Parts: sequence; C-alpha cells; structure tokens
Amino acid sequence: MAKPEAELTWKDLEIGCIVTEPGNARQYRTGDWRSQRPTYDFNKCIKCGQCYIYCPEGCIRQNTEEYFEADMYYCKGCGICARECPKDVITMVEEAE
Amino acid sequence: MATKTGIEVSIALSEAVRLANADVVAAYPITPQTHIVEHLAELVADGELDAAYIPVESEHSAMSACLGSAAAGARTFTATAGQGLELMHEVLYVASSMRLPIVMAVANRALSAPLSVWGDHSDVMAVRDTGWIQIFTENGQEVVDNVLCAFRIAEDRRVLLPVMIHLDGFHLSHMIEPITFPEQNKVDQFLPPNDYPLPLDPNRPVTMGDFGPPFIYSETKWAQEVNLKAAKEVVLQVWNEFGDAFGRHYSPVEGYRYEGCRVLLLTMGSFSETAMTAIDKMRSEGKDVGLMRLRLWRPFPFDEIRHTVKDAEVLIVLDRALSFGGPGGPVCSEIKAALYQVDKKPKIVSFVGGLGGRDISVAGFEDIVNRGIEISETGSSREFEIFGVRE
Repeated sequence: MAKPEAELTWKDLEIGCIVTEPGNARQYRTGDWRSQRPTYDFNKCIKCGQCYIYCPEGCIRQNTEEYFEADMYYCKGCGICARECPKDVITMVEEAE
Repeated sequence: MATKTGIEVSIALSEAVRLANADVVAAYPITPQTHIVEHLAELVADGELDAAYIPVESEHSAMSACLGSAAAGARTFTATAGQGLELMHEVLYVASSMRLPIVMAVANRALSAPLSVWGDHSDVMAVRDTGWIQIFTENGQEVVDNVLCAFRIAEDRRVLLPVMIHLDGFHLSHMIEPITFPEQNKVDQFLPPNDYPLPLDPNRPVTMGDFGPPFIYSETKWAQEVNLKAAKEVVLQVWNEFGDAFGRHYSPVEGYRYEGCRVLLLTMGSFSETAMTAIDKMRSEGKDVGLMRLRLWRPFPFDEIRHTVKDAEVLIVLDRALSFGGPGGPVCSEIKAALYQVDKKPKIVSFVGGLGGRDISVAGFEDIVNRGIEISETGSSREFEIFGVRE
C-alpha cells in the first residue's frame, strides 16, 4: 500500500477490498498484541531449534551468532518457545507499559 | 420473431438463464424453487446450456461455490427459497462484500416453524441487510425479463454486486403463463460476456475476502454502501435499455391508476395483480384509491417513493412478513422512515397478511383498503393490523 494505514480512505480500496499486492501480510505488526516477551540466556542454548519448530507465528530466526531468536515485530508473546525449550534458555517477562 | 409460449414460470426462469448463457449453476433443490434447478440440470445434461452444474450438499455450500465461480470470472447463477436462503445467510454478506456479480432467484417462502413450504416474504426480509440488489417480480414475464437484466446489472463495472430476483413461491413459481422469450441474438446484444476486472488468475495473484483490521473495516463498509446506492442509476439505465430493446419497461416503484388519488395501497410481488383487480373494482364504484407496487427493494428507492405518494392523504402498506415484537411489517417501517422528514406526507397504515401461502382475494384487498381508510380516520391502538387472522 502506497499510503500509510491511517491515511487510506474508502476510495483507495480495490473493489471488495481485494488485495493485489502479494505478500503484504508481512506488514501486519502482530507484535502489538504481546503482553509478555521472551528473554534469552544464550549461554545455555544448544541451538537445537525446538523453539523455531514450535513457534505458531513462524517468527523465530537464527541471529548472526546462529542462536534462535524471535522477531519482536511479529512475536505475540504466547510463551510456547519458553515452555518447549529443553535447556530453559527462554524466560518470559512482562512487557513494560 | 420472439415467440409467446404457455410455460410454467419456474421453467421459463431457467430458460432465461439459458438465454443469458450462464457458465456455472451451483444449487440445492428446495420447494418451491425445485423446478428451476431441476430444469437447469436438464438443460446442462442435455447440452443445451454449456455450463458447469455443481450439485452441492446444502445451500451454504451452494452460495460458497458461487463465490468461487464468480471470483474466477464465470457468469454464475443459483436459486433457493425460505430455509435455504436462511442457511446461506452468512455467505450472502460475503458475496456482496467481495463484489461478486452472482444472480440468484428466490422463490419466496415462509419460514419454519410450523413447517410451511408456501409463500410469503419472511425469507426476503431476513436477508434485507445483506448488501444484495433485490428486485420483486409480479408475473412470469417480469421474471424472465428481470433475470436477463439482473446479469447486466450485476456484471456492470460500476456495480459488481450480486442480485436477487424475488418471485412468490407457488403463487408465481408454479403458474403456467404466456411468456414471450427474447431472441438469442438480441439477448446477446443486450448482455455482453462477463468481464470481471480482478478475477482469480495464477498469473496475476490477488487475495479476496482478506483480513480487515479495525484501521480499514469501516472504509470497506462505507465503500459498499456508496457502491450499492450508486447502483440504482445503473439499474435504471439497464431497465431503460431493456425497454428500448424489448418493449417492456420497469421502474423502482410502479403506480397503477394512482395519480392524484387520495388513498394509495402499496404491495410487492404477485399479489399486486390481485390488488390491481380490486383497485379497478373500487374505482368503478367511485372510490378514490390507487395502487403503488414496490419493485426495487434494495437499493431502497427513497426519491421514487416520496414522489409517488406526494398527493396522497392515506397510504396503506401490505407486508407479507412480520417483524416479531417490533413495528409489524418491515416494508412499512422503511416507508415510514422514508417519509418521516417529509413535510406533507400521508397517514400510513400498516397491514400484515398473506402469510405462509394464505391467499388475499379481491374482496380481501377491498377489506384492507376500507379498514385502512377507517383506521386513518379513527386511529388504532395497534402498531399494525394483522389481516385475516381468526381472533
């Protein structure tokens, strides 16, 4: 979408709000929904990738040091990665207001 | 030469769909719509209509299949009635919101319980707000003509909305009437091939019916409202062009011996023809009464209604559906709303009758008019009158 969300009017929409730009769902910031965030103690991490497999959002990638880490733009804070991690690397903490 | 044939209206309707050269029919049979889809299935099986016939397992699936078909750019038809229309309910909104030009005939039927296969307008009124263009018909010729017009209206690039053609179950769907079928070459001239602007196409991928977060949902609904209201101009244009091509003219509100009348009766659908006979009789007795028939139900023809009643002192509205616990007849409610802000307006009397296939005879319409005039003078403690109920 060429315009920012807040400036889109009904006249900017395609018929029936059809989306003609493939893959633009990646613009949707689901990270806004989060009330808790994952924090990491990578000293314990064995890079098994269990968190990557279990993440229902598919938002976990390997960082430059190849540790698995959630992308905060999309992470909804569900905590499944923290529960599934066999080495207790991940601790969920409350998001500050 | 166009030929006149004695034919059951349901079969004639199917023949109109054949003349329109529909690409896909997805439907589930339900009384009193059954003959329509049975005959379409025969036409497809016999190779007389080059279409895909999708025999689905329910009306919900029928409308869902129509969504896919119309989204692919195919000319799409279905038909239903009563409970079937209700089972489609949630999908009806999707069809209009996604701007898919589906045409559907509804053989209007009462709703259970108790089980009734017979006609009234309960099914229509329950889908009033689904965003479809809705047109009432009075006789078989109007059904055939308006099915052809419906495809033109629905597929017009300025519209791209689904259209319902309402015909009264049994009272119209099962009548044998003399009907003139337009010639195929004239239909082809009137109704060009469907050309949906953004069809499903692997080479040009689009997403339809996507997620609409709060930041955009209101804009999509307003776009839909603007679009449906603007569709009226196209409906008028298509009816005019149809009239020029085939000699039969239609308009959103049609009067019958109404000009300058003190008392007007308003009806929809096939009962209007009986009402006309009653008006003729009362006029011959010197009564000052005329008839107006509502043809275009959505988009609602505010201006035409205000214009038609401008000289009337009493307006009697007959609804064939009941809004339980509310103001009575849904059509009368909207007529009242349309006239509330008008300075000079008639007294409005609401009647509900003809429910679940019960006839209203010529004498019945005379009773409604006479009672309506009486109530307009004396007032009533009721929000509406129920006609013909044994109390």
